[in-house]
Amino acid sequence: MIWDIQKECMDREELSQLQLERLQSTIHRVYRNVPFYRRVFDKNGIDPDGFGSLEDISKIPFTTKADLRENYPYGLFAVPLREVVRIHTSSGTTGMPIVVGYTKNDLKIWTELVARVLTSGGITKDDVIQIAFNYGLFTGAFGFHYGAEKIGASVIPVSIENPKKQIKILQDYKTTALISTPSYALLIANTLIEMGINPNSLYLKFGLFGAEPWSERMRQEIEEKLKITATDNYGLSEIMGPGVAGECLQKKGLHIQEDHFYFEIIDPQTLQPVKEGEVGELVITTLTKEAFPVLRFRTGDLTRFISGECACGRTFRRIDRIMGRTDDMIIIRGLKIFPSQIEAILHEIQGRQPNYQIVLERNEGIDQITIMLEITEEIFSDMMKEQTQLISKIKERIASELGLPINIKLVEKRSFEKRGEKIKRVIDIR
Amino acid sequence: MLKIKNLDVYYGKLYTLKKVSLHLNKGEIVALIGSNGAGKTTLLNTISGLIKPASGIISLEGKDLTKLTPEKIVREGIAQVPEGRHVFKTLSVEENILLGAYSRYSLKTKREIKENIEKIYELFPKLKERKKQLAGTLSGGEQQMLAIGRALMSKPKLLLLDEPSMGLAPNIIKEVFSYIVDLKRVFALTVLLVEQNAKNALKISDRGYVLETGRVILEGSAEDLLMNRDVQRAYLGRDLDAEVRI
Repeated sequence: MIWDIQKECMDREELSQLQLERLQSTIHRVYRNVPFYRRVFDKNGIDPDGFGSLEDISKIPFTTKADLRENYPYGLFAVPLREVVRIHTSSGTTGMPIVVGYTKNDLKIWTELVARVLTSGGITKDDVIQIAFNYGLFTGAFGFHYGAEKIGASVIPVSIENPKKQIKILQDYKTTALISTPSYALLIANTLIEMGINPNSLYLKFGLFGAEPWSERMRQEIEEKLKITATDNYGLSEIMGPGVAGECLQKKGLHIQEDHFYFEIIDPQTLQPVKEGEVGELVITTLTKEAFPVLRFRTGDLTRFISGECACGRTFRRIDRIMGRTDDMIIIRGLKIFPSQIEAILHEIQGRQPNYQIVLERNEGIDQITIMLEITEEIFSDMMKEQTQLISKIKERIASELGLPINIKLVEKRSFEKRGEKIKRVIDIR
Repeated sequence: MLKIKNLDVYYGKLYTLKKVSLHLNKGEIVALIGSNGAGKTTLLNTISGLIKPASGIISLEGKDLTKLTPEKIVREGIAQVPEGRHVFKTLSVEENILLGAYSRYSLKTKREIKENIEKIYELFPKLKERKKQLAGTLSGGEQQMLAIGRALMSKPKLLLLDEPSMGLAPNIIKEVFSYIVDLKRVFALTVLLVEQNAKNALKISDRGYVLETGRVILEGSAEDLLMNRDVQRAYLGRDLDAEVRI
């Protein structure tokens, strides 16, 4: 099913005309209404009338998270506050939150785009949707909530609850679709197993997961444990919230809502565009946002473009799953590594999604990397020998794949308590 | 069907249209709104070839129009109904309509033209009632219908309507707008509608563009634009820079 065939299956040439028209009008509005961007344009001698092609966007300097933060709270709004009908903030895992506003039209488009993502993940009006995101300043819950209502599905706004309560609702309310972070879905799945409940006794068919990076292995694990079809979706409050991009049932990348956003992928070091298909930092420009438009926002998220047509019929380009954050990139002894690389190895050896934290320390001038690994039933055996074996196995694999000696510390179960929120993967105390 | 990309137009030394890009899909009514002097009429005149752009592309169903003369553009299927209607007051209603077929008149097409007139009379029965009357004796609303009817005689695919509501009484405006919707239905026309009367124009349109000092500042579905405050401001013609932010 495709929610809006006319748009989502648009002719590529018509799309680029539409994108150009919208880029031009966005630039005019932003230049006129947002003092920050007016200063950026004037200081760099950029003529707002000088954008004749989409490629011309490269004339504009990037907008960074720091820029957004410095204009806290309302400095980057392009409309007077009385036009704003909703306010959210970014999750603020790092520092001051970023305040974003929505006009009536912004909310309408947001709802529409979430409806597209939900539909592409298999949701129809017949579904009963359990939303297990925190209702509050965070965009996740409200974004999905209105999109699901738009489709006509039945929405259960559970929010974050203890997993047993989620499971009771899954069972009693005959939930057919779960919306949460992937790690929270896994927590529910594992609790289900602990409680000895057969997943086949649930009505659950689909899961749409996002708001944090997850791997293909983790998808398989969730799908097997919950007996569902799980798709990935992408969004961020600074741009809009959920609905920016989403996987279709082909599960081969996330379709970008290209009629509303323009995506670029750059090398975070050189700031130049990467070669087609290479991994880099995602940069997004909004094409229709009224209250909080942003030009070339550096998301800090790492991904790559997927080339070729998708079998689902949508013509919108795809990006790969988010592979990590540029700020998660660890530079240690001159090596660049991502937590996702370590995670993949741990997952493979343990055969399940690992819970871990990476601690970086400096000892007598030498950088040390320690993985704090949560004990699972499998490792928690009295056999010291087995534990030592496991540790040395992980050490070996990481040393051979990443070329890096590491330390491993086993910690108690649920040491990194997650209540649906993002876990800080890297602690740098160097 | 109509695609405009990066249109730059100078009026003497005045830079009146600045990299204007817009498009019309087949069968759409698209409203072009904006305050006085925003460049709306200039854009229509550029599409119909009366003004030549300094740069940019205008294409109709893939064919480049920028180098064509206004007569040829009419033959390609674009007809303009000018602001102020400009009917020939001392000619009869029917003579006025016939003038619209000037570009395709020959002995062979005589019959077809006659059929065409009948179709227009069907749409505007008032014109049929008064076909022998001098155009100057018609009311403002009837003159507007006549101007539209005349434009239809060239069998256009795309109709450019410049301020059709200007100088008309509110109830007549409603009538004229309802005819525009009929045009789309009966003649399968695509319509680019220039209006200061943004509210009424958007009510009958599929999409719209807001033009301000020669630039497109907003594009969107008619429904979205009606809710947008910039549009309300453009409609009211208030000075935007003088408004205090937050």
